[in-house]
Formats: sequence, structure tokens, C-alpha cells
Amino acid sequence: MSWPETVRTAWEALAGRRSRSGLTVLGILIGIAAVILTVGLGEGAQARVGHAIASLGTNLLIVTPGSATASGLRGGLGSASTLTLGDARALQSHLDCPDIAAVAPVVQRSFGLAAGSNTWTAPVLGTTPAYLPIRNRSVVAGAGLTAADVTTGASVAVIGSQVATSLFPSGRAVGRTIQVGGVPFTVVGVLNTAGATANANQDDLVLVPITTAQQQLIGRSGPQAGSLSQILLSARSPQAMGAAYQETQDLLLQLHHIPSPAQADFTVTPQTALLSTASSVSGTLTVLLVGIAAISLLVGGIGVMNIMLVSVTERIREIGVRKALGGTPSDIRRQFLVEASGLGLAGGLGGALLGLAGALVLPQVIGNPVDISWPAVAGSIVVAVGIGVVFGVYPASRAARLAPIDALRSD
Amino acid sequence: MAEAAVSPASRRGARPAGERELTPPVIQLQDVWKRYSLGAVVVEALRGVSLAIAEGEYVAVMGPSGSGKSTLMHLLGCLDVPTAGAYRLAGRDVAGMSERELAAVRNRRIGFVFQQFNLLPRLSAARNVELPMAYAGVDRRQRRERARAALEAVGIGDRAHHRPSELSGGQQQRVAIARALVTDPTLLLADEPTGNLASGQAAEVLALFAGLHAQGRTVVLITHDPEVAGHARRVVRLRDGEITADEPVPGPR
Repeated sequence: MSWPETVRTAWEALAGRRSRSGLTVLGILIGIAAVILTVGLGEGAQARVGHAIASLGTNLLIVTPGSATASGLRGGLGSASTLTLGDARALQSHLDCPDIAAVAPVVQRSFGLAAGSNTWTAPVLGTTPAYLPIRNRSVVAGAGLTAADVTTGASVAVIGSQVATSLFPSGRAVGRTIQVGGVPFTVVGVLNTAGATANANQDDLVLVPITTAQQQLIGRSGPQAGSLSQILLSARSPQAMGAAYQETQDLLLQLHHIPSPAQADFTVTPQTALLSTASSVSGTLTVLLVGIAAISLLVGGIGVMNIMLVSVTERIREIGVRKALGGTPSDIRRQFLVEASGLGLAGGLGGALLGLAGALVLPQVIGNPVDISWPAVAGSIVVAVGIGVVFGVYPASRAARLAPIDALRSD
Repeated sequence: MAEAAVSPASRRGARPAGERELTPPVIQLQDVWKRYSLGAVVVEALRGVSLAIAEGEYVAVMGPSGSGKSTLMHLLGCLDVPTAGAYRLAGRDVAGMSERELAAVRNRRIGFVFQQFNLLPRLSAARNVELPMAYAGVDRRQRRERARAALEAVGIGDRAHHRPSELSGGQQQRVAIARALVTDPTLLLADEPTGNLASGQAAEVLALFAGLHAQGRTVVLITHDPEVAGHARRVVRLRDGEITADEPVPGPR
């Protein structure tokens, strides 16, 4: 029997049992839609993490006090007090560190903020004007910190957009006064909106000159006096990241009189490391979700096999008649295989449509982006047909093996 | 004696010219045995049956149930192969043929008519008649034409687009006969073709067979009904897997 004729016969058989075929297709359809959506969610999450990390600043290196242990765990931020303004100044030397473009020392602590009757709590960062270019941030209203602010220890603050809307819900923040831990600061600028990364909200912070912070807010006395929370560095180019990392490492080891990198009392983390960690986390999640979706596909495939076995038993007389009229075993096998893969194909196409519809609707419901991966869509349809074929093989060969007299005899 | 009954009927286009100088019998069984094992019990359904049927004959195989006539019909129809002995269909030995080859033989050489009609319920009469041609690889247009012609030949050309459930038993059996004839087979094999029909419809179907015989077709009819067998020209009687009688029907109607 020719292929077009086989396909026509299979179509007639499937269309003749509409509700049963439909339900079987539904099993595959749901599995395929689930795969497409989970892959899309995974890719969306990955793209968002990548974007968020890129927005932290290009070519960024972060030096934090404390050392990495063998297990890769690290003491919390500021758990050791080994970085100083002297370190930051030394890193700015183009002689020692030709690949470092900019350096921003940071002291950081959370403070209660107040403006009139409005209160808020946010991290306050004492830093220098270099902070903004290093972190790829800009000011949307007013101005940023100036070198003069740092030199004079001015009581000025640049606030994140979330802090601005919380403290000044009615609008204009620039020129107003806020209390930071009871100390009055004049707002001179508002930062652009950057969104949240995995571990920090980039819009919920207050920037003040580092000198002001050290004199009036953080570390006025005590063992941590004069120590930094972190030093942010930017390399001259993405290609210079490795060199900048090495220069930082070497210079700080030398300044801290530490003979071997294994004993370092600080940690240098390139931004690329953050990126790969974040994408490996979301990658693991994607694999897990796809695994679950794959199981639902498997169940759909078993549904196809079940329905095809029922169909073979039910149509035993038809098979006998077809054989008596000249159908060869391979004709019969092919007919049932085409029916099974037809179920798979219908499930695949339907699942792809449902998945695409879900990709349009879902982001509005759960707020997570869904990136449609066209290779995944095409692959899903192929897999769906493959499922039909694989799970159709057994029923089809059972039909093909039926002896014509046994098939004809049954009533 | 079977040879004595050969009638020199010539049939249009039944056999490619020059295939053989001397036409062999359509059917030649030589000491054919068929054994089934049902668990521990071995049943001998056929015990050394020898039979020759020539082209153009109209033969009824008669016997009570359990006589082996169904088994004989399965062997003649190449739906099954003998345990021992030789079966030549139009000169070709079918023993040792693969399932694929048997399917091809059934497709080209044999037209089946069953007691249960065995039409596919979801297909129209015309599509049912097209079925053997679909397996033979005949193209669609030619298939349609030949199916229409075959349905007209059995007198139900106007029912071509009806499904079997919309037809009477007699009409369904006519569709089945059209389906059996449409490939122009060497042998028309009918198993109790009137068993499920009212007497009026049965007579029509038997008249159809008589007409086919008159055209020179080879017809083998399996039945337990002497009335039906009386329409044939030769009756082979079967009992306990053996042929007990093989004689011409006296006084042809």
C-alpha cells in the first residue's frame, strides 16, 4: 500500500474515533506544552540574570575582606576588617595596576531613614564618585557625588529610586533633607532605576561621600574603624579582566605582607564568576523542570501505546480482512505506526500552540519572562512524533503478527 | 476423474498469454494434512486430502461442522499453510511461501466472499471494493473506475457511496462479491456466502455466482446446505478431514 494511501487510512481510523484520539492527543499535548514552557521559563530566567549582572557594571571586580575557604564558603561581608582606604588608593596607581580603570572603596551599613513623617530602611553606602561609572549607574535627577563632597565630608546623599518614592511619595526629592541614622543629609540626586538582582535591590540604597560616612555614620570608633566593606574595581576592558584580577591580588598581598595567595585575607571576585554561578543555578532549575515535563511526556507516550493496543484488539477483524485482501504484515505494521505517530504529531503541534499561547499569557500572570526557544519547539514536535512511533511499535507489530485466520475468526 | 470434468471454458484476460502451454488445474491438493495442537491434544483437521479443480469449474465443498471444510477453505485461500502435502495454486506451490508472498497470492489470485460479509464498517461500499486494489498498488483514479464497474456488475452501482450499515444483507454480500472480483482473481472462494441471508437474497446471490460461472470464473463454494450445494456443478463431500465423495451434480439447472 502506498504511503499516501496508508496516511489516508490512518487518518480515517483516527477521525473515526474522535474522542478517544482527542484524549490520547491531549496526553502528549500537555507534555509538549510543559516542555516548551519550562524551557522558555528557564531561558527567560537565565537571560534576566545575565542582564541583571551585566547591569551591575561591565568589567567589574569586587574585593571583599575575608578569605575564601577550601569549601568555597566565605565569611559574610565585613566579617573581617582587612581592607582600608590605603588599599583602595594603592589600587588606583596606574603604575602598579595599569589594567584597572577605576576604583571605588565602599563602606556599607543599613540605616533607618526619615524624611518628615516618612521612614524607610535601606543600605547606606559611603563611597566615591567612581562608584557610578563602575556600577554602570547614572543619576536621573540632580547630580552625583563629587570629589569635593568627598574631600570636604559634605552631608549630601544620592538616593535610589525606591528610597525616593518611599521617603518622598509626593515627588521631588532633590534639595530635600533626609535623616540617616539621625544625621541630616541633603539629597543632591536620584539614581536611575536598575531593578533587583538575585541578591540585592539596586534601587534601594543611599550613596554618601565615604569620608562623611566614616566620620559621622560608620566606624567612628572600635576595631573596625577605617575598614572598608568592599572595594569595587573596573578593568580597562573585558579582555583585561584577568590582568586586573592578577594585579589586584598581587598588590594587596604585598600591602598586607602575605606571602602566598592561599592565606589571603581578602577575596577578589570577577563579575564573570557571579554570572556563571547564577546561570548554573538557573540552569540546574531548568534541567529539573524539563525532567518533570519529560516524565509527563513519557506518560503521554504510554497513553498512546495503551490506546493503540486497545485499537489492535478492537480491530482484529479489520486486520484479518485487510490481510485476506492482500495486506502484508508490513502494510499492517505501517498503518498502525502511522496512526500512532499521527497521534504524536497532533499532540506535538497542539502542544506547541498551547506552549506558545502560554508563553504569551504566563509572563502577565506570574511576572517571569518566558523566552520561546524555537529549537525547543521544533525539537518537541519531533520528539512527539518519535514518542508516537516508539510507543506504536509494539502494538503495530502485534497487529502485523496476527494470523489472518485468527483475526477473521474472532467475532 | 477431476480431470474428466475440465470444461474448456476460456476466460477473458484471466491468465497472461503464454504463461504455460498447457493450463494446469487452478487448484491441486496432493495428500494434504493439517494438524492443530490445542494444548496437549493434537487435532487432525485434514487427513490426506487430494483434490484438483480446473479452470472454470463451479465446485461446492460440503460437510457437517467439524468435517474440516473451514480448514480446507483457509488452505485454499492461502490464509494458512498445510502441515504436510503440496498445494499448487495455478501451478505455484504455496508451501514454504513467506507471509508476504502469501499476501500477494491472496491479493492477486483469490477473491474471498465470507459469511459475515467482512466489509469495513467505516468505509463506503466503493472504498471497500477499492481496498484490494489499494494493496495491489493500483492508482486512485483507476481504482475508482474499476470499483464503480464492479459494483455495477453486481447490480448495486447506485449504492456505491453507502456505508455497509446502510445496506441490506444481500446488498452487503453483493459489495463483498464486487470486492472479490475487482482484482480479476484466478479463484473465487466463498465461505457460506448465503448463511446470513434471507432466502430471497440468498437466491439472488446464488444467481450471481451462477452468472459468474457462466462467464468462465472458477468458483469454490463452502457450505453445509445441500440446497446451496445443488447450485454447483460438482460437489466434494468432506467428513472427519477426508474426502468421502466427489461427484458432478446431476441435472444442471
